[in-house]
Amino acid sequence: MKFPRLKFAVPVAAGLALTFGMVDSADAQKKGGVLNFVVGSKIPSYDGHVETTFGMVHPIAPFYSLLIRVNPDNPSSPTDFVCDICEGPVPKGTDGGTKYTFKIRKGVKFHDGTPLTAQDVAATFNKIIFPPKGVASARKAFFKMVESVTAPDDQTVIFKLKFPSGSFIPALATPFNFIYAKKDLDEKGYNWHKQNINGSGPFTFVQHQPGSFVEGKKFANYHHKGQPHLDGFKAISAPKMALRLQAIRGDRAAIEFRGFPPKARDDLKKALGDKITVQESDWNCVLMFTPNQKKKPFDDARVRKALTLAVDRWGGSKYLSRIAIVKTVGGVAFPGHPLAATKEELVELDGYGPDIEKNRAEARRLLKEAGQENLKFTLNNRGVDQPYKVVGTWLIDQWKKVGLDVEQQVNPSPVFYDILRKKKDFDVSIDFNCQSVINPIADVTKFLGSAGNNYGEYDDPELEKIYDKLLKAETEPEQRKLMREYEKRALSDQAHMGITLWWYKINPHRSYVKGWKIAPSHYLNQQLDNIWLDK
Amino acid sequence: MWQYIFKRILLMIPTLLGAAILVFFLMRLIPGDVCEIRLAGTGLYVDQEQIDLCRQQLGLNEPMIVQLWDFISGYFTFNLGTSMWTGKPITYELGLRFQLSLQVAVMATVVSILIAIPLGTISAVRQNTWLDYFVRAFSIAGIAIPSFWLGILIILGLLITTQAWFGTPWMPPIEYVSPFKDPLGNLAQLIWPAVATGYRYSAVATRMTRSALLEVMREDYIRTARAKGLVEKLIINRHALKNSLLPVITVLGIEFAFLMGGLVVTEQVFNLNGLGKLFVESVLNKDYSLTQALVMVVVTVAVFTNFLVDIAYAWLDPRIRYA
Repeated sequence: MKFPRLKFAVPVAAGLALTFGMVDSADAQKKGGVLNFVVGSKIPSYDGHVETTFGMVHPIAPFYSLLIRVNPDNPSSPTDFVCDICEGPVPKGTDGGTKYTFKIRKGVKFHDGTPLTAQDVAATFNKIIFPPKGVASARKAFFKMVESVTAPDDQTVIFKLKFPSGSFIPALATPFNFIYAKKDLDEKGYNWHKQNINGSGPFTFVQHQPGSFVEGKKFANYHHKGQPHLDGFKAISAPKMALRLQAIRGDRAAIEFRGFPPKARDDLKKALGDKITVQESDWNCVLMFTPNQKKKPFDDARVRKALTLAVDRWGGSKYLSRIAIVKTVGGVAFPGHPLAATKEELVELDGYGPDIEKNRAEARRLLKEAGQENLKFTLNNRGVDQPYKVVGTWLIDQWKKVGLDVEQQVNPSPVFYDILRKKKDFDVSIDFNCQSVINPIADVTKFLGSAGNNYGEYDDPELEKIYDKLLKAETEPEQRKLMREYEKRALSDQAHMGITLWWYKINPHRSYVKGWKIAPSHYLNQQLDNIWLDK
Repeated sequence: MWQYIFKRILLMIPTLLGAAILVFFLMRLIPGDVCEIRLAGTGLYVDQEQIDLCRQQLGLNEPMIVQLWDFISGYFTFNLGTSMWTGKPITYELGLRFQLSLQVAVMATVVSILIAIPLGTISAVRQNTWLDYFVRAFSIAGIAIPSFWLGILIILGLLITTQAWFGTPWMPPIEYVSPFKDPLGNLAQLIWPAVATGYRYSAVATRMTRSALLEVMREDYIRTARAKGLVEKLIINRHALKNSLLPVITVLGIEFAFLMGGLVVTEQVFNLNGLGKLFVESVLNKDYSLTQALVMVVVTVAVFTNFLVDIAYAWLDPRIRYA
């Protein structure tokens, strides 16, 4: 069997990243200065292999290197990966795509002075992929295709796969895969990195005041010569969005890497004019609604279809994007990716047609046919304004237009997850898929009833069969064709879930911050080695 | 006096124990746990196996009675355990924030006293004059305006006015520096929340000072002092004010205990890394061990403050200690 790798050479950057007064590459890069940035989430532990939050990635990623990473000069491309501690271009698979051989750079050092070798890389990935019993590894499932990771010498790492997989290289580039020193793992144990840092990234750890800030300073022996440009950075914890915004306005911080709503961007621009630069991009996160198919009448595909037909996505995109961090109409795959549906393909799906009145008439017809014209239900939503509550409120209004009576139940995050994952007693719930590296073949598993993060309580063998073929498809046209089949089945024929709108990332920052380019995920491009300050 | 103090200390034990049991069960009434939030809350794909492993490692699968015993025995032996979110010792987490919260509480109390005692006294002495009406309006406004809202106004006001005057917007620092390291930087950050909370706090104390002083001023011994020909200033300062401060001290004590852990929103507004902010985060994260410890710290401070207030009462009024 031969599986294809993703070879999408066409970067979607141009279509995605709108920039206002963006970095002029001709600017002379200045050295020095300390970058202050605000982070809206908290650090659980420092261990990238265990954690899943950007609250850890933003302050801690600058201390570590990765084997490969998303190209920091072209981060909006979903397929442009470059070596970080490996040499040359990212290797292609050999032996029918089941063997990847990486050559490790010479002269790379950990911050404690220990040379970084292939043994460290192998030990790191063995911890991530094959953790000993009782050792947590949040992304173990990303590497189901890997058979072994070995280092035959200090400069070579070999990944042997059980089968070729297009999602292997993107999985390697996941920003959580920090390279740890083998001696730290062997001597200090697998939990040492939860509370300690010894990386080989552009910055060395100075201090962390929990709840307040993390401070790093330039690593003189960093392996990318001439970088980092900064003398250091300070990641300041600021949970309240209003304060993060004011911090940029008052120049207590220069940037926030996650993203602000449109109103915040406009306020900052109005207050500071050209002292603020705005970068925008589609975001690899999507909000959806999931009917619980264990509950009547949501076991009826007609009712589920009616829910999706009632939603005016094209109109919503226009108006909702003025107040919320959502914008792009899309299907199951990240919009703009070569595997994503074009507008012509989207309008063929239920709920995506341009004539909303026609869609809603069909929704009413289906509800009547199912005997559910006066359906009342509760929408389980997460108590977070952007974009959950905004989109939830919009959905209720949309459903009201076909005669549905929906009550929104906004729950704090712990309760929201308890309902989704344990109680499973909701009618319809807001749900989301938010990934780091764009990897549509892996990301669309969310729609499979068998997926651990699918809460729809359904089993669809037909959909599983299409996905299996998609995994094995060798060419891009074949993958596209299967992706459309998969999409039609999941969103239209069975309407297992309804996609609302894809998120839209807006990063207003102080104009003196140069070199940083927006990526389609708030997890990506966070090592800060290419940032410089034009002060 | 010593017997009185001993009795008050004994009474503190059941209060603390009751609070500990209550907080333990209240925390567990809310659905969800720290592992769900930490691993599944970001939307990234995570295996159920990882969540189960997290629960096992944090002891969430232990029987409730074992968890309760661990918590209570830990509290009474000063071993609060580790935070379920960060894995760091709770004493370390609390220690970091305690200094800041204590400083804000003390500064807010000082601001409050500086406002409340003089204004309350003036208001009582000049009863029913325009000065009295002004003070009453000022203090009612203090009660009506939430301190977090005043905080937002202060920050926005600083940003707008500094930009208008100097061309560059300025706001207070958003990261804490110790007063021993950089006193000016520390003051630049903390004076604003101290004023925002101190104003609200002073409003109640001003009204209390006024009414208590008015009551005392009508006492026989004040009339006697006046009949003896004592000057008014001396009557107020030496005889009336001291006796009218009893209820004011009670209010200040209660408010001080509240400030130690209750500045939840104000700390968020000014990004103060204090106990209030930690409290919110630990509740949102379902960090049982940290939330329980925090509640117990606040309860302990409240109980001890009450204890000190009672002692102050006994010192100010001998009838109480001999009762």
